[in-house]
Amino acid sequence: MYWNWKTGGVILGLTFFLAVALVKPIGVSTQFVIADGIVAGAVNPDLVQRDDQAKSGFRSTNAYLNKSGGKYAKSVANPVNYGFIFVIFMAVGGLLGHLMDRNRRPGFPDSPIPDVHVQRFGHSRTLRFALAFFGGVIVLAGARLAGGCSSGHMMSGIMQTSVSGYVFAAAAFLAAIPTAMLIYRR
Amino acid sequence: MQILMAVILGALFGFVLQRIGAADPDKIIDMLRLRDPHLMKTILTGIGVGSILLFIGLALGLVDSGHLSVKTMDWSVVFGGALMGVGWAISGYCPGTGVAATFSKGLDALFFLLGGLTGAGIYTLLYGSLADTFLMNPLFGGKMTLAQTGIYSALLPKIPGWIPAVIIGVLFIVGTILLPKTDSEPVNSRDSHV
Repeated sequence: MYWNWKTGGVILGLTFFLAVALVKPIGVSTQFVIADGIVAGAVNPDLVQRDDQAKSGFRSTNAYLNKSGGKYAKSVANPVNYGFIFVIFMAVGGLLGHLMDRNRRPGFPDSPIPDVHVQRFGHSRTLRFALAFFGGVIVLAGARLAGGCSSGHMMSGIMQTSVSGYVFAAAAFLAAIPTAMLIYRR
Repeated sequence: MQILMAVILGALFGFVLQRIGAADPDKIIDMLRLRDPHLMKTILTGIGVGSILLFIGLALGLVDSGHLSVKTMDWSVVFGGALMGVGWAISGYCPGTGVAATFSKGLDALFFLLGGLTGAGIYTLLYGSLADTFLMNPLFGGKMTLAQTGIYSALLPKIPGWIPAVIIGVLFIVGTILLPKTDSEPVNSRDSHV
């Protein structure tokens, strides 16, 4: 069973505060680019190279990885960095949270596909996995275009009273609510 | 030291996302189709609490303002936000909650993550041709906040930052009252309150 919203909200707020106080605001979506870069770099060793002229000490043949003085190129070259390890350990934390939930549903994973999908489209796993994949493509393409996701823009952004955070949240919910109602009905 | 912080804070964040129900596509989609306000209330409270603590910490000098990081406002935030919203509603995951669900949701989360890597890859390849378009021209002065932080330009420059920030933070928390009541017990048996 999940925490009630009062407990959950306070702990969520404390977590975001702790991250800024100790290191920097939480963000996730950048690390999908870094993961892609690590894979692409293994296939094409020329993708990221050392460059003493660059601000970060690294450059890339790809314009995005090369942006801001090769900031992302540097993370691709050194995967053991704060942002990337943070996201890897989110998966571990998620697992711990799941296992420590004594009232969780039996089974592992607890449900093969979401109930909302079953109620609307039946038990077809193929369709659900296709929707999850396609949704993932749009989520990350959108988040990278916007420069952040629900963590970086919405939570961390609004918490700092950032103008871009409010606008991002408004755009995301105004698109997401009708889409969810259209696809999954009310 | 930084890496140790990443391990602790990353694990904590994943743990919290799991325990509030954010790593569950059923909860996300039920929030978005306005059937279950539980997660919405959690998020609003979280932003409020985080913001109040942050600005009081800044005012007392307990938080280094150098740790802040505000993102640029431009058209890409609007289009990218809307695009992410559509994918969020289809899949029931956002980047962070998909990662937190890696083990608890198994293949379902894995397909989302693979899609995410594909989407991020597509954007990485397209960036070069988008970089100089209107999408990336800063709006409202680019990196702008409402409350004063000391490092970014603020829409309310004359007032100490903690005052508007605490007011907004309280409004976020009080705003949860406006949302419908949530019966916090049967969150894992949605079917019962159709």
